[in-house]
Amino acid sequence: MDLTESYREELRLIRKPWTGAGIGLVVLALLVIPWLKMDYLVYMATVVFIYAIGVQGQNILIGYTGQISFGQAGFLAIGAYTFGHASALGIPLPLGLLAAGALAGIFGVIVGFPSLRLKGPYLAIATMGFGIAVYQILLNSEVISGGRMGLMVKKLPALFGLTQQVTFYYFTLLLALIFTLISYNTISSYAGRAFIAIRDNDIAAEAMGVNLARYKLLSFAMSSFYMGLQGALYSLLIGFLEPNLFTFMESVTIFVAVIIGGLASIGGSIMGAAFVILVPQVLGAMKELVPVIFGVTILIILIFEPQGIAGRWLKIRLYFRNWPFR
Amino acid sequence: MRQFMQYVISGLATGSIYALVALGLALIYRSTRILNFAHGDMATAGTFVAFSLLGMNLAPIISFPLAILSGSALAMLFYFAILVPAQRRNATPLGQIILTVGLGLILQGLISYLWGTDTKTLTFPLSDTKLWRFQGLVISELGLGTFVIGLLGSGLLYLLVQKTRLGIAMRATSENLQAAQTLGIPTRMILSLAWGLAAGLSVLAGIFLAPALLLDPFFMLEPFLKGFAAAILGGLNSLPGAIVGGLILGVAESLAGGYITIAFKNTLAFLIIIVILMVRHEGLLGTEFKERV
Repeated sequence: MDLTESYREELRLIRKPWTGAGIGLVVLALLVIPWLKMDYLVYMATVVFIYAIGVQGQNILIGYTGQISFGQAGFLAIGAYTFGHASALGIPLPLGLLAAGALAGIFGVIVGFPSLRLKGPYLAIATMGFGIAVYQILLNSEVISGGRMGLMVKKLPALFGLTQQVTFYYFTLLLALIFTLISYNTISSYAGRAFIAIRDNDIAAEAMGVNLARYKLLSFAMSSFYMGLQGALYSLLIGFLEPNLFTFMESVTIFVAVIIGGLASIGGSIMGAAFVILVPQVLGAMKELVPVIFGVTILIILIFEPQGIAGRWLKIRLYFRNWPFR
Repeated sequence: MRQFMQYVISGLATGSIYALVALGLALIYRSTRILNFAHGDMATAGTFVAFSLLGMNLAPIISFPLAILSGSALAMLFYFAILVPAQRRNATPLGQIILTVGLGLILQGLISYLWGTDTKTLTFPLSDTKLWRFQGLVISELGLGTFVIGLLGSGLLYLLVQKTRLGIAMRATSENLQAAQTLGIPTRMILSLAWGLAAGLSVLAGIFLAPALLLDPFFMLEPFLKGFAAAILGGLNSLPGAIVGGLILGVAESLAGGYITIAFKNTLAFLIIIVILMVRHEGLLGTEFKERV
C-alpha cells in the first residue's frame, strides 16, 4: 500500500496530497485564531507552541536516541536566564534567542558526556542531579537570578499594527513551525537514523559505523538547544523570571508530555505539549489533582498504549483507511 | 577539633536518615532493576498517615508502626497492580522507571488533595530542643533517636538479608530470577516484599524527618534526592554501600555547611552524584553488571 520506491520519496515529508491538505488546514486554522478575538485562547495556544518546541527536542533525545533525561528544568533555566540577561544588556532579540539556545546546547554537551559511559537509570540520575543543581545555584546566586526581586524581561513589542499578544502569538507560531520542520528533517536524515540505531542497540550501531560519541552528544546538544529556546520564549511570554519556575516539577511536566504524546513521534510531541498545558486549564479549581491525572495517564499509556497519543492516532487512521476491512 | 567532631556527629544523625532512604532504593534496584522515583512520595504518604493517626489520639507506639505498614502495603499494591501487569506486557526497564514516576505524581497529587498543601507539624515524642551533652559535644534528643533508629533499621535489615531463609531467597531472586523460580522460590512474593520493606524504611525515615522539617506534601523531595545520591555513592546494588554512602554524605554535607558555606550545602549531593557517575559509576562498594551483546 505504502511502497517507498526511491530515497527521494523516503525523504519527502508529505507523501499523500490529502495529508498536505490536512496540514495546510491546521496551519490556516492556527493563523486565523487571533481573529476570533478570544484572548484566552490565543494565550493558551502561545503556551502550547512554546512547549511544543521543547518537548520535540526532548523527544529527539528520549524517544529517538533513547537517552533518558530528567534535567530539562536546568536547560530551561539556562536558556531563560541567558535570554533575560542578554535582553537586559540590549542585545537584539534574535541574537538573544540564539545565545539562549546555544548556551543551553553547550551545557547539553557537557551533561551529555556522562551519557557516553552511563546507561538508563544512571543517566537519569546524572541529568536529574544537573537539573536540580542548576535550580539550587539560581536560588543561592543573586547575580544570576536577580535576587529576591527576580529578573524582569522586556516583552516583544507590538508590530505591524497587531496587539502585543497577537504579535507574540504569530512569532511563536512561526518558530514552532520552523523547529517542527527542523525536527522532521533531522529525523529523516543520517543523523536521525543514527539516533534511532543508538536507541535500538548502541553496540550494533557502533559496529555499523555510527560514531556513538558524536551522535549521542549531538542529540543532547539539539535537545538542549530546543529546551533553551523554550526557556527564552517562556521568559518573553511572562516577562519575569524567578528560580521557582525551574523546579524538578517542570522537568517532570516536560517528561510527561513526551511520554503521553508518544515516544519517537514529532507530531505526538506537539499533542503531548497540548495535553500538559490544557489539562490543568480544564481542571481549573482542582489544581491539586493535576499530578494525579498526569500519573494515571502515564500508567494507562505505558501499560496499554506504549506509543502514546500518537500511536492511538495512527491506529485510528489506519482503521478508517482500511474500513470496512480489518 | 571539638567543632569538627560536633559537625561529624550532627552529620551522622542526618546521614542515618539518608542511609534509610538509600537502603530502600538499593533494595528495590537490586531485586527489580528499577529506580524507584516514587520513593519520596511513598514516604510522604506514610508520614501523613502517621500524622492523621496521631491526630486521632493514637499513641505514637501504635500509630508509627501502622503508618509504616500502610506505606509497605501501598508499595506492594503498586507492585502487584501496576508493575506485574506491565511486565506481562513486556515493559522495558525504562518504561518501568517511568511507571514509578507516574506513581509518584499520583501520590503527590492525592496527598495535596487529601491533606492540603499547608505545612503541618508532626507531634513527636522526642524533642529537638532537649540537648544531650557528652564530653562537650552536643546532640539533640531527636538527633540521637534518629541515629539509633537508622542503625537499628540498617542492622535489622542486614540480619534479615544475611541470616534468614527469607533473606537467602531475596538474594537468590536478585542474583538470578529464572534460577530462583526454578528452585521453587515464590519470586513475585519475594519481590513485592522487597518493595514493601523498602517503602517501610522510607516511611520510617519520613517520620523521623518530619519533626525537623515541616510536614507538607513535598517535604520528602530533598531527602529522597539525597538518598539517591547516597545510594549512588555507595553503589546502587549494594546494601552496605547504601549505609556507608548515607553516612558519608551526611557528614560531608555537615562539614561543607560548617566550613565552606551554608548556601551550597544542598548542591553538594548533586555534585557528588555527578562526580561519582563520571569517575566510578558502580559506586564505592557496588559491583558493575557486565553487559553481554
